[in-house]
Formats: sequence, structure tokens, C-alpha cells
Amino acid sequence: MADMIASELRQAWNEFARAFAHFLPRLLAILIIALLGWLIASILTLVLRSLLRLVKFDRLAERAGAAQLLHKVALPSPSELLCRLVFWLSWVGILLAGISFLGIAGLQGQIAAFFLFLPRLFGALLTIFLGMLAAGFFARAALLAAVNADLPSPQVVSDVVKVMIVVLTISMAFEELGLAQKTVLIAFTIVFGSLMLGMAIAFGLGGQNLARQFLERRFSEQRSKTKKETDLSPL
Amino acid sequence: MPDESILSDDLLRQLISVGEVDILVGLHTHNHAATVGQVIQVVREGLLKYFPRERVAILNADGGSHDGSRDIVCAASIDDVRHSADIRALRTLHTITTQYADTVSPGTAMHILVEAADLLRAKACVVVAPESSEIVPEWIDRLLRPIYRDQMDFVAPIYRRHRFEGILVTNLMYPMLRALYGKPVREPHPGEFAFSDRLGGRLVDHPMWTNDAGRMGPEVCFTVEALSDGFRLAQTYLGPKGHIEQQPTDLVTAMRQSVGPLFGSMEDWNGTWASIHGTQPVDTIGPAFDVTAAEADVDLERLRQMFSSGVADLAPVLKSILSPNILEQLQRAATIDEKQFSFPDELWVKTVYEFAAAYHKSVISRDHIIQALAPLYRGRAYQFLTENSQASSAVFEEHIEALCGTFERCKPYLIELWTAQERGL
Repeated sequence: MADMIASELRQAWNEFARAFAHFLPRLLAILIIALLGWLIASILTLVLRSLLRLVKFDRLAERAGAAQLLHKVALPSPSELLCRLVFWLSWVGILLAGISFLGIAGLQGQIAAFFLFLPRLFGALLTIFLGMLAAGFFARAALLAAVNADLPSPQVVSDVVKVMIVVLTISMAFEELGLAQKTVLIAFTIVFGSLMLGMAIAFGLGGQNLARQFLERRFSEQRSKTKKETDLSPL
Repeated sequence: MPDESILSDDLLRQLISVGEVDILVGLHTHNHAATVGQVIQVVREGLLKYFPRERVAILNADGGSHDGSRDIVCAASIDDVRHSADIRALRTLHTITTQYADTVSPGTAMHILVEAADLLRAKACVVVAPESSEIVPEWIDRLLRPIYRDQMDFVAPIYRRHRFEGILVTNLMYPMLRALYGKPVREPHPGEFAFSDRLGGRLVDHPMWTNDAGRMGPEVCFTVEALSDGFRLAQTYLGPKGHIEQQPTDLVTAMRQSVGPLFGSMEDWNGTWASIHGTQPVDTIGPAFDVTAAEADVDLERLRQMFSSGVADLAPVLKSILSPNILEQLQRAATIDEKQFSFPDELWVKTVYEFAAAYHKSVISRDHIIQALAPLYRGRAYQFLTENSQASSAVFEEHIEALCGTFERCKPYLIELWTAQERGL
């Protein structure tokens, strides 16, 4: 009986030792891939950081208002954030690519899905970045136009423009990622529609007097005032 | 000739049929039916009276008029002038009109005139504003004679103006251009001016036609180019200009057409303007300035309010353009009450220089930089109007001279800002 147990244990140990000996090179290969991946990801990050510094990416993001937004939510600077993102994505990507070559069953499908998701992720990030740029640009354009036209509350006009573009951008990014497409679309439609309707009702019904005053000022009194200011041509 | 001509095939055919000319008169119309006919008649009268032996063509570049301006230009008959003025031309006077686009583009119109003048080998070209209701035949002589007979390259006008008209010119364009290039040109954004074939030839392939500065304000680019070495510059007194109906009454548009091109021109000339010191006189025919002393009908309080609210509302934008020190001084000026209001020359000059440096660096969209200057200009205009409300013409001129002096004195500040940016500081 004891011999049988000892024999089973020996056999199990031998199988384990054989399996371990068989797996050891794979483990080493994974470790080497991880190390190489880390090196490649670090080099990529270094190159990217230099490139972003060269094109003054942070200043661009600051002008677009993206830097302030990240600062508000305690995130690092836009270039640092992008570098970190590229580092992790490239490292994990290399690691997964290496593992897939090792032929570990069950992981192949997941790895393929990960690589298929990457372009969409980058697409969504690019959409958000461009959206932030557009939001910053058009909000500033609206602010300047409102100030120079002497409209009341120019900051509100600017903020409304910014919020609308940011909401549109986020909904586009979610759509790109394929996350809750219908929900986001419906939410966007509701928010946008209600905003417009609310403004129309507020201006047309709730603020009848204000609307009348505004229009009167705009088309009669304002015209004479504008004429007064510009009676003497600046040029 | 450039590889790709801006002249359409139809216009080229018309120009070729005219052949070579001595003088080309250029107009840029856009819905000027009310005035252009009269202007053309006066121009023709001036040409027949003062240049009867010269081969002359009139070229009108139209920006898509809907009021029949083009037909009026074509229909203005030479015989009407002959009968009325009892004068004889020895050569045919050709009139050509072309529609370059459906929308107005001063740069395109001016480019067409320059290229046409080059093609026709015109020795002198005079540009006349189609809304100049007070034009007289003598203007043509005064503008063309220095070029045609005295070998000048560029003739800028001097008008008799209401002293508070053109505050942007007197408070920014004139003193800054003078400080940069060392020559006092009173009208850097002229409605009428003349140029030689030498200057025109330099401008045919100039990069200004492809940038915003040239597209929006070619007149300023012309002036700046004429200020460069080798060109002979003169000013000529034309008399009263009258109310400038077609000048942009909207401040931002006016700034886009004048300040934008001025800032833009500094890019090309940064090696030159930085080394110029002091002011050299410019040959001037007639009085160097002439202002009327009538009361100004301006809503001063509104100007001040727009300055104050503009500085407050645009704080985040101004922060990206101005240094903290200048911004703080402006914010103090914006919050101070009417009686103690002060927007001194030095603050204005440094503000303008910081805007020019920000424009060079493109800290934000360049058009936004120009728009952000508008509320600050209103504050300066308020200061200028209150300061000079009771001033005599001599005192008024003294104030402008003092401002010019401040622009010159603060030039090292601009150079410092500029070179700091070049060094990437």
C-alpha cells in the first residue's frame, strides 16, 4: 500500500517535473518578452516624449483647454498622459503578442480581440483630443464675438458653445468605442434638444420683456448707438 | 510672369488687345454704383488734363457687385468728359472691367491690378477708391506726377481729416509703422496711392498674396514693402477725404484689414525693422498733416464701458497674450472710475507690442489675437478722445508726436519680446 502511494507520488512528481521542465523555457521566454517589451515601450515613450516636446504638444493642449481639464481631475499633463498610455499599450501589446506565439490555449481569442480594439481606442482618443481643440477654439471665438458685439453675458455664450461641443465629442468617442451606443445617442439627443427647447422657451416666453428689449436694442437703439461709436471711422 | 497667373483668360485677352500703356488706373469695386461713375469721370478728367499724351488704361476689379457697378464703369463715356471740360486726349483711353469672384477679396483685386500693370508694362499705376466722393482731377496729378516725372516708387496720400477720424491710424498704425521702419507715413492704410513699375514688379510674385496679411489688407503690405530699402517714397496732400462710407465701420473688420497685416509684415522684416533707429523724413508735397477741429459725436461712456467689460470678460484670453504686469495694469484701468481713468501712452504701446509678439508666436489663433485687441483699443480711444477734446490742432499733433516717441522709445521692449521668443524663452 505504502509502495503504491510512494509510486503514485513519484509518478506525479515526475510528471510535474516534466511539465515544469517543459514550461520553464516558455516562462523564460515570457520573461524575456516582457523585458524586451518594457525596453521597446520605454524607447517608444522616450521618442514620443521628445516629439511631443518638439511640437509643443502641451502648449497646444493648453490652448485647447484640454490641459486645464486634465488638471481639474488631477491627471498629469497631456503629453505625460499620452506617453504613459503609449507605454502601457505597447508593453501590454508586445507581451500579449509574445504570449500568443507561445501557443497557450484559450488566450488566442482574447489577444486577437485586444488588438482589434486598439484602433478604436486610438480613434476615440483622437476624437476626444480634436473635440477638445474645437471646443476651446469655438468657445474663445464665441467669447470674442460676444464681447465685441457688446452682448450680455458673453461668458455664458462661450460656456454653452463649449459644453455643446464637449457633449457631442464624448458621444462620438463612445460611439467609436462601441459602448452604450444607443444610450449615448439618446442621452445626447435629449440633452441637446432640451437645451435648445429650453433656450427657445426661456427666451420667447419666460423672457418676453427681455426678448423685446433685446430686439429693440439690437435693431433700433443699438443701431443708433453703434452708429455713434463708429461715426468716426477707425481707419 | 508667375507660373500661374491670377488673370483670367478673358481679362488677359482684353489686356493684350490694349497693348502697352504708360499709366494704369486701378479700382476695386463692390456695390459702388452710387459713386463709381462720378469717380471714373473725375479720373478721366484728371488723366486728360494732366497726362494727355500718355497711353492710359483703367482697370476695374469687381468683387461680385449686384448693383450694376461694372456696367457703370464700362458705360462712363470719354466723350462726356471731353464735352464738359473742353480737353483733348491724344490717345485712346481704355476701360476694362473684370469680375474676379463673387465675394470681396481686397488682396485678389490688388494682385490683379499689380499683375495687369506688370503685363501692360505701365510705368506708373494709381489706385483710386471707388467711394471717394470728394475726388478732384488734381488728385490724379498729385499721385502720379512724383512717380511718372520724379522717379518715386510709392506715393501715399495725406488727407484733411476730422481729427478724431482714424483713431486706429493715429494711435497704432502710424506711430508703430514709424517706430518700426523709421519713416513717418501718415496714411499707412491708404484709399488712394500710386506705385512705380519697379515696386509693382517686386510685388508680382510676392508671398503676401498667399497669406492672410496680403488678402485682408494689401494696402498696408504695399506701404511696408515701399518702406524697404531701395524704394523712393513720397507723400502728397490731396485735401479733404470726406466721410469714408465704404471704410469698415466695424472695428474688428478694420483691425483685421490694418493691424493684422501690420503684425504679419513684421514676420518678413524682422531682420530689418529691429536694426532701424530714429525717424528719417519722407518727401512730402503739401502740408504733412491737416486736421479739422469739429466736435466728435461719440458715445464716450459706451466706449469706456466696452473697454471695462471687455477686459473683465476676456481675462482668460488676455492672460495668454499679455504679461502679468501689463494685464494687471489694464485690469486696474478697467475698474477705475470715469474721473480717474487713465490709459497712458506707455501702457498702450507695451500692450500693442505684446500683442505683436503674441501674434508672431501664434499663442492662440492670430485672428483671435486681433479680435482681443479691439476692447483695449476702445479704452485707448476713450483716453485719446477725452485728452484731446479741447486741444488745438497744434496740441493734438504734439500728443501724436509724443505717442510716436513712446513707440520708438519702447522699441527695445518689442525686440526683447521678439528675441526672447526666437530663443524659445
